[in-house]
Amino acid sequence: MKKIIAVVCAILMLSVSVVACTASNKPAASDQTATVIKIGATGPLTGGAAIYGQACANAAQIAVDEINALGGLQFELRYEDDAHDPEKAVNAYAALKDWGAQVTLGSVTTKPALATSQLNFEDNLFAITPSASAVDVVKGKSNVFQMCFTDPNQGTASADYIASKELGTKVAIIYNNGDAYSTGIYQTFVDEAAGKNFEIVSTTTFTDETATDFSAQIADAKDNGADLVFLPIYYQPASLILKQCKDVGYAPKFFGVDGMDGILTMEGFDPTLAEGVMLLTPFNADASDEKTVNFVKKYQEKFGEIPNQFAADAYDCVYAIYQACQNGNVTADMTAEQINEVLKVQFTSMTFNGLTGENMTWDVEGMVSKEPKGMVIQNGGYVGME
Amino acid sequence: MSFLSHLINGISLGSIYAIIALGYTMVYGIAKMLNFAHGDVIMVGAYVCFFALNAFGLPPVVSILLAMLVCTVLGIIIERLAYKPLRAAPSLAVLITAIGVSYFLQNGALILWSASPKVFPTIFEGTIRLFDGQLTIGLTTLITIAACIVIMVGLTLFTGKTKMGKAMRACSEDKDAAILMGINVNRTISVTFAIGSGLAAIAGVLLCSAYPLLQPTTGSMPGIKAFTAAVFGGIGSIPGAFLGGILLGIIEIFAKAYISTELSDAIVFLVLILVLLIKPAGLLGKKTVVKV
Repeated sequence: MKKIIAVVCAILMLSVSVVACTASNKPAASDQTATVIKIGATGPLTGGAAIYGQACANAAQIAVDEINALGGLQFELRYEDDAHDPEKAVNAYAALKDWGAQVTLGSVTTKPALATSQLNFEDNLFAITPSASAVDVVKGKSNVFQMCFTDPNQGTASADYIASKELGTKVAIIYNNGDAYSTGIYQTFVDEAAGKNFEIVSTTTFTDETATDFSAQIADAKDNGADLVFLPIYYQPASLILKQCKDVGYAPKFFGVDGMDGILTMEGFDPTLAEGVMLLTPFNADASDEKTVNFVKKYQEKFGEIPNQFAADAYDCVYAIYQACQNGNVTADMTAEQINEVLKVQFTSMTFNGLTGENMTWDVEGMVSKEPKGMVIQNGGYVGME
Repeated sequence: MSFLSHLINGISLGSIYAIIALGYTMVYGIAKMLNFAHGDVIMVGAYVCFFALNAFGLPPVVSILLAMLVCTVLGIIIERLAYKPLRAAPSLAVLITAIGVSYFLQNGALILWSASPKVFPTIFEGTIRLFDGQLTIGLTTLITIAACIVIMVGLTLFTGKTKMGKAMRACSEDKDAAILMGINVNRTISVTFAIGSGLAAIAGVLLCSAYPLLQPTTGSMPGIKAFTAAVFGGIGSIPGAFLGGILLGIIEIFAKAYISTELSDAIVFLVLILVLLIKPAGLLGKKTVVKV
């Protein structure tokens, strides 16, 4: 999938760069100095990963509008396009600095975030990324924080969840050993599973090159009597596994991670195949709490679609910054360095309640600690498991 | 019992390789070039069939015929624009051009149909269950094997009996002599590509029926595996492609099931190397003696 995205980006590069040039030459909108705090961010607004960048930009704007309507602290948001390309992200970051960004939402996707987070650190410009999930994005950078789970975190959380809800006793794992995301989750899952109330009876792998036929992996899980299959993989191969399990009449429970998100929106996908599939994701658009209902309604009205997990993470980022600014008495006339110092202290000490979790805290590395929500697919939609 | 079920899985994967390999070997046997774009023509065929079924609601038979038509035309266009001007060029230039065409088709598909994956509809619904449901054979597998055999016999008869077929064999033996005999070599090679691409459409539909995930890179990896199968069975040999494909599928599944899923590809290629060391022309390949 990353390869595909890279190719798309490469193709779109020329056309995008023309657009980007004209876009970034716009004069900075704010003449009224020092009455608003400027929040900058980069994300793929065009290209193959645009779905993520646009979701973040849309949701962050909703949060900013809501906060500004309250009076008090005023924010101004600016998203620069990085087309999921690290070099473009560096240029986008420079444009944000020229504009006078005082706080940032980092970058949306991991590869650009690896580049920009380093600059954030060097420039003492605060960043909290909604969705760049690699550990290296935050590691060793005291002022870069994450709203999403890190990749390995999901493995730990999945093992804990399966154990505490007693979802299965014999677990099979099928993972992509050619992919850092999948391998990372697998590794921590196995570490965490030791001593838990379930047993791993089958571990099989595939790579992007062999991701067509899963009959041997499925047979191994079936022959070892696995009653739950853990799939720390993206939804494309997962869709094939579900189909092939059905063909051989094997119906265990399936448990996925956030890479599974998207399976229902594949064109032509038969949702009955995914019926009963469980996954851990921090956000559930179907949840009935007031905050989520309000957000989903606003997002749908403005942008005509159901917000995904990325959108919810970006929305939370803005509110987390808002809370930290209020607690730390940040004012609009402070410099980026001054705000950076205040937010660093606030983020490592405060507790935040958002769409993607209650009682979130951050450690000194900048990684978030929050409860993942268990979802189960029913009638072609997500339903909370509790 | 699990041995039998792995064997059946291997045959069903192998039958997919075989049907793709037939296209490779046909073009190589006659035009003496490796058409690396074959896997991507397969992908185009699958997309055409997908849209014919889903967007236009055409019946499956019409959709498959439409996909064959589009791929045949595409094959002729590719041949005319990319390969024909290089008829006199060294074979390496043609090989690189074929890789270029492959990337062109993949990226074209990205722009036209986007990277988001599509799920191919089920055309051949049904499975046969044996021994109280312990063994299952998909209808797609049976149809793929049947299609392989029909195509194999058809191609053998075509190249053996018809006038055009004889012309193809003549081109394959000696291009210059064929020209002297009054054979239109250019036209013969174009027809070869047309047939090969038409077969690619069938392979695409069968590939996506068995493994219903359709994206612009869908054809590339099965294409390379099928090429391996063609070499394994002896490239240029039509029965060899069938045999090579089936064996490759069985070896791959057995390696995954009994040795290691991580090492399966390494084992597949190790077997290939061993076969080529012992029989350099492949299992059923013709030994060629070069006179000096």
